[in-house]
Amino acid sequence: MLLNQFLLLGAVLFAVGVYGVLARRNAVLVLMSVELVLNAVNINLVAFGTQAGGESAALASVFALFVIAIAAAEVGVGLAIVLLIYRNRTSIDLDGVDLMKG
Amino acid sequence: MVAQNIFFGVIAAAMVVAAIRVVTTKNVIHAALYLIVVLAGVGAQFILLAAEFLAIVQVIVYIGAIVVLFLFGIMLTRAPIGQEHGLDNPWRGVAVLTSLGLLGALTWVLVDSFSDEKVVEEGVDTTIVRASDIADSLFAGYLIPFQAVGALLLAALVGAIVIARRD
Repeated sequence: MLLNQFLLLGAVLFAVGVYGVLARRNAVLVLMSVELVLNAVNINLVAFGTQAGGESAALASVFALFVIAIAAAEVGVGLAIVLLIYRNRTSIDLDGVDLMKG
Repeated sequence: MVAQNIFFGVIAAAMVVAAIRVVTTKNVIHAALYLIVVLAGVGAQFILLAAEFLAIVQVIVYIGAIVVLFLFGIMLTRAPIGQEHGLDNPWRGVAVLTSLGLLGALTWVLVDSFSDEKVVEEGVDTTIVRASDIADSLFAGYLIPFQAVGALLLAALVGAIVIARRD
């Protein structure tokens, strides 16, 4: 297996996730796209760790575990914020959340 | 190695198609279900890379917890189940250009840098990451970051409850 096949898969997932963040208007769908980006990063981490072998393989897994834990926290807080926006505006259209526009 | 490459190709193709459906489908529930396909594919790639513990964690945390959280979020924000228009904002063309440019730049850099490196060289055994190896580095060298992540999860939990509760 070439290293590049995993890295290119990660790059494709990353680009698709960035597209989702930019193009989606529904806040929940934007959070899903962020998950795609984080998973792309994890694939890269584990691929490099397996290539380095030995001690580094376990370290790559540890870093990926940290990323997974942070992603869980991010989704929890993000969905709470989305619920609050929905309760205040009865819509989760991100284009409508422009209170901080000057 | 040939079998691994075939499995990689099949899983990667399914993941890319599902990822594109996540960001283009008009049905919010379907987006969450396609996200499950992508996350399971990432878990399968972890198994191909000999990181089995991480693959199990991926299934438990992502598919078991985060996707359920997303489905709850979709239902609590009362998105209509079924086709919905206006999920995309008017600047889709700019988004396509940005992500294609990003993909092109990343592909160029990756092909330029790692064009013929293998994940595992011929004749070398793949390092299989056991749960005990992960525990060794997690509870020895990375104990303080581990505790910090625990505190962060607690803070996120309390923060999410405080933000989302009715008072």
